[in-house]
Amino acid sequence: MKAIAMSEDDDLILSDLNDEELVEQMFDDLYDGLKEEIEEGVNILLERGWAPYRILTEALVGGMTIVGKDFRDGILFVPEVLLAANAMKGGMAILKPLLAETGAPRVGKMVIGTVKGDIHDIGKNLVSMMMEGAGFEVVDLGINNAVEAYLEALEAEKPDILGMSALLTTTMPYMKTVIDTMVEQGIRDDYVVLVGGAPLNEEFGRAIGADAYCRDAAVAVETAKTFVTRRHNQMNA
Amino acid sequence: MPDLNDQSLTIDGLAPNGRGRVLIIACGALAHEILAIKRMNGLDHLDLQCLPAILHNHPERITDAVRDAVEKHRADYDRVFVAYADCGTGGLLEMACADMGVGMIRGPHCYAFFDGVDQFESRGEVTAFFLTDFLARQFDAFVWKPLGLDKHPELLSLYFGNYDKLVYLAQIDDPELDDLARKHADRMGLAYERRFTGYGELETAIKHA
Repeated sequence: MKAIAMSEDDDLILSDLNDEELVEQMFDDLYDGLKEEIEEGVNILLERGWAPYRILTEALVGGMTIVGKDFRDGILFVPEVLLAANAMKGGMAILKPLLAETGAPRVGKMVIGTVKGDIHDIGKNLVSMMMEGAGFEVVDLGINNAVEAYLEALEAEKPDILGMSALLTTTMPYMKTVIDTMVEQGIRDDYVVLVGGAPLNEEFGRAIGADAYCRDAAVAVETAKTFVTRRHNQMNA
Repeated sequence: MPDLNDQSLTIDGLAPNGRGRVLIIACGALAHEILAIKRMNGLDHLDLQCLPAILHNHPERITDAVRDAVEKHRADYDRVFVAYADCGTGGLLEMACADMGVGMIRGPHCYAFFDGVDQFESRGEVTAFFLTDFLARQFDAFVWKPLGLDKHPELLSLYFGNYDKLVYLAQIDDPELDDLARKHADRMGLAYERRFTGYGELETAIKHA
């Protein structure tokens, strides 16, 4: 349902809407995967003096949260989520350089990558985007990562979180190889390890020694926030 | 001879005909091949039931569907054999088959057992997208439409941007299927390779079922 009632023939002028209506409309536009409209909405809010971080969290992340919820509930499917993500990406592209300039808060840092033998990155990319939207710095290692690539990145980037993704049942066991190597090297407990991907489940996450399995991008963000807060509290205790 | 309409194999599967001492419970995508193997080898003791092939797109439903089918029919046959490989069940189907005391096909999926499981794994073609005869014929129902590419072709690179080739694993020599598979590769923007496999390790498995 559209936030602003209108007939099929009406052209909605986004700049005519007040802030609240515009954000509501942007939720709808994200839901419908309308990239150009999202870009326009972001630019209007910037012109009205909204801080980039506020636009990101209230308009974009807020809208994607609705998309994520409906995906989880089986109302939306992968194609619709991809279109929505693509629209959000358009908005993010405008905001990203401005976020760096305006010193948006940094919640934590994550290194993320799809495991060796697996080239599927839709879920990983979605998590990266939502994590960035939530204020995390994300170092994306891309696809088909061997254990050495993960370890090098951990050493170089010193993140709070390591995220691993897999779509295939044939590749998901490789996550255990990575975690076992971290244990062997005595660095396992230096990081929060989050895993995700369509064939995984909580039991698998526990069995391989991850800190948590995240069923979707929204859960990944919430889980990451919880672990990072706990970690910071422990460090400050 | 049962009606082997691909669409009904996709959605409904195939009912057993009640003749034969050994029941094969298979993916609908293997019906043509299993019946051909049966015919070529005179395996008249085999009966075939297929589950809907579209379960290929919902591997989380396969184990329960197989378990239900085995429980429903096992009393009517001397033996049941499950003509599935792991097929994205993450070991759950193997556990269920072991639990029920029925055999299944070795390997991760049909691409591997058609090509030969060890050979398939040694090739390490992680950037290849695979089709079989059945999937080449049912490409729209299994790939194009479920991914929304019929309505949103702009999503193509998000789905397949990391792939570099389509490998058509051919079970039979059919120039029309070759053409069709090549067209799918073109549509996906991938290089094309046809690899004749015949029935591969499916034939061995069915002969020993």
